[in-house]
Amino acid sequence: MKSILYFSFIFFGLLFHGAVHALSADEAVGLASGATEDRLKVLAKVMEGADDKAASFIKALSDDNVKILDRQVFMVLNGKSFDPVTGQEIALPENAEDVVSNNRMRGEIDAALSALSLFSNEDSVRLKSIKEMIKDPDPSRLGLIQKALASEKNEKIKSQIEFAIAAIEINDEDLNTRAKAIKLLSGNATPETVRLLNDRLQAESDENIKTQIKDALKQIQGKLAWGEKLGTFFTGLSLGSILLLVALGLAITYGLMGVINMAHGELMMLGAYATYVVQAFFQHHFPQWFDAYLPVAVVFSFLTSAAVGAILERVILKHLYGRPLETLLATWGISLMLMQGVRSIFGAQNVTVENPVWMSGGIEVLSNLTLPWNRIVIIFFAAFVLIAMSLLIGKTRLGLFVRGVTQNRPMASSLGVNTNRVDTYAFALGSGIAGMAGCALSQIGNVGPDLGQSYIVDSFMVVVLGGVGQLLGSVYAAVGLGVLNKLLEGVAGAVLAKITVLVFIVIFIQKRPQGLFAMKGRSAES
Amino acid sequence: MNSLINHQPKPMLSANGWRVFTICLLVFCVGAPIMNLVIPSTSFFHMSDFAVALIGKIMCYAICALAMDLIWGYTGILSLGHGLFFALGGYIMGMYLMRQIGTDGNYKSELPDFMVFLDWKKFPWHWALSDNFVATLILIIVVPALLAWIFGYFAFRSRIKGVYFSIITQAMTYAAMLLFFRNETGFGGNNGFTDFKRILNIPIATPEMRMTLFVITALVLFGFYLLAKWIINSKLGRVLMAIRDAESRVMFSGYSPMPYKLAIWTLSALMCAVAGALYVPQVGIINPSEMSPAQSIEIAIWTAVGGRGTLIGPIVGAFLVNLAKSWLTVSAPEFWLYFLGALFILVTLFLPQGVVGFVQKHIKKHGGQQ
Repeated sequence: MKSILYFSFIFFGLLFHGAVHALSADEAVGLASGATEDRLKVLAKVMEGADDKAASFIKALSDDNVKILDRQVFMVLNGKSFDPVTGQEIALPENAEDVVSNNRMRGEIDAALSALSLFSNEDSVRLKSIKEMIKDPDPSRLGLIQKALASEKNEKIKSQIEFAIAAIEINDEDLNTRAKAIKLLSGNATPETVRLLNDRLQAESDENIKTQIKDALKQIQGKLAWGEKLGTFFTGLSLGSILLLVALGLAITYGLMGVINMAHGELMMLGAYATYVVQAFFQHHFPQWFDAYLPVAVVFSFLTSAAVGAILERVILKHLYGRPLETLLATWGISLMLMQGVRSIFGAQNVTVENPVWMSGGIEVLSNLTLPWNRIVIIFFAAFVLIAMSLLIGKTRLGLFVRGVTQNRPMASSLGVNTNRVDTYAFALGSGIAGMAGCALSQIGNVGPDLGQSYIVDSFMVVVLGGVGQLLGSVYAAVGLGVLNKLLEGVAGAVLAKITVLVFIVIFIQKRPQGLFAMKGRSAES
Repeated sequence: MNSLINHQPKPMLSANGWRVFTICLLVFCVGAPIMNLVIPSTSFFHMSDFAVALIGKIMCYAICALAMDLIWGYTGILSLGHGLFFALGGYIMGMYLMRQIGTDGNYKSELPDFMVFLDWKKFPWHWALSDNFVATLILIIVVPALLAWIFGYFAFRSRIKGVYFSIITQAMTYAAMLLFFRNETGFGGNNGFTDFKRILNIPIATPEMRMTLFVITALVLFGFYLLAKWIINSKLGRVLMAIRDAESRVMFSGYSPMPYKLAIWTLSALMCAVAGALYVPQVGIINPSEMSPAQSIEIAIWTAVGGRGTLIGPIVGAFLVNLAKSWLTVSAPEFWLYFLGALFILVTLFLPQGVVGFVQKHIKKHGGQQ
């Protein structure tokens, strides 16, 4: 008995309040054998008053851990077998047969399991389960849900359970019950509710109820529209911040130095893999510090990409200054080799970088708008990098040298600036920023060898649009393109949005060939 | 480059040049068919079907490289979007070949299988002319040329040049790839077109048909070579090289570079489209990955390896790189990208004139000593 309870606790996290009806031997046999139709009927009956034993048994069915011989059912767990009705350990006969469930039965069993998690001890598990119920209301679960309502203490979950009941009762025979359910549901502004109400509207025959549904829909959609608008803006801002991070590195290497670096995306990819390495290192050696791995990863990814960038500049790019088309081809070659190199070391499969706990989840602003923490952090990170970089370029000695060398190389050189070294530093800096962008990207998506490829076209567009040699231009261009892209996506779909943006850029360059913020004066000439 | 001062119209090819040209033409258009179809497969001189397919494919690539040389090597405009024109020509030919399948597809429908799969009831509008071979041939030339003209008009009008132009052409082919990946566009989505059965109602998979396509491709390649040679030796060619070397000076001398650039750009795109149209029936498949930026940039490396600014260079380059590719991707697939990457770097660093330029320089040196 004890081990059964232990089992249901560990695997389930369930604790039942006031079981009404224990699993009977007949039900156990009925669930485990016979035609699917009959088994489903028994399942429905068991679910009406499921207790912990029934729950463990259904869980075992779902895991294919049930065997049967004649009229005795066995639950197999860790090599021991139990009688699901009494919970006693019993010997498993050699010739007991596996209970096989077809797909339909399996689907119902899984649905039953998720319904049972309504009684979990974990608030989050209960909340998730009840949200599933609202999405997919099933009248046969009404009893179970009402039971959950009676035992629920958390106010937030309680209101969700009421919505779930309303979602079922909206299709009730009785007019008044329907009207009440609709009224209740109008307070729950989610896309699911809209769908539920619309479905009901199709089937409804009573005029009075119809107008009520329409009113409720109007009310909800008014609230939802706000959430959608804000959501679009936020994803646009998020995309913009990522583009900005990618483009900031380019703004140095391409914008200031005039080196067209097609391997920029691959330097990002290296940064993302550096993050992966740091993350894996923390997981293995300092699991207790895991949540703090990110700052280390940011620095490490910066250093990795900066080192690779410095080597590339010293060995290859230095010889190609003033020959942009050749630089383009050579850096493309570099990008191919870097990609293949990473593939050789880490494999062609994507690797997953886990978020630290403080970056997972999000803030629920509206019912249909949750702002994920990782994206919020990246927006701030992008702003931080931007400020740090403009200070570095504008206020420090190195920044002064970089500006001097890019504006007038011979003059800077004759004033004693070691221009070769400044080139290397500047290129390493741009590459390092690409590495940090990769670190940021690893927090919101998969990390794979071709991670950089998908951003390179976009980021060059940012630089082209923003104008060469301009930080501020890059910022406006990145955020503008990000928001514009997401706005258009809502109207025209992702691909058409992208194409529209590209066409827009080509037309824009017709009007302002030098970008948003054209350089004025002598430096505009080169 | 020095030919700017030479006012005598040069003959297109020297007497020796014509001799070599004729021999090559005979080898490809008479020798290859005999070696493949007449000489028995046990003989040393037999040319295998594999070799026919491979060389046929590479000749299509060589046409692309030649087109790239005209625009890059002679006019100084690096296009990273030529894969789009190649794929467009291929797709237009592919549409015709799909129509030729008729009701022999898996679903026994008039419509191509992918349309049946998408539950479409009739052909979309852009398939209207695809069942007519002559119309297809015209479209192969007109559609990519028109697209190139419009794109070039807007790009050159606002004097987008250098790296800017390269990046925008790359964005163009990237956008087109995204568009063609969609099922709704009506080009078979991810899978593109394949399973062709016949061309002009003749089965496509026979050795004779393969050889015919091979010879046509060779003829087109040689034809385009002569055309390119003629252009380079004409006044147009002089202006193009002048634009490459000093565009502002050309402008100050009273020429408007735009019509010249536009003409060579459109011609170059058209050549790629023809190459694509010849490529698809030989390879038997066309899908949007032909439009990926990586494909277009590979065309540039064929040209660079062979030697920009010579017309034989790109053809040599296309053969060298693609033979290496077909050998390496089989024998050491993980090594191929290292090789290609290194090729990009080494050629730009150490062989700016490509293999042909390198050989020519050495011949000149030795010739001078004698």
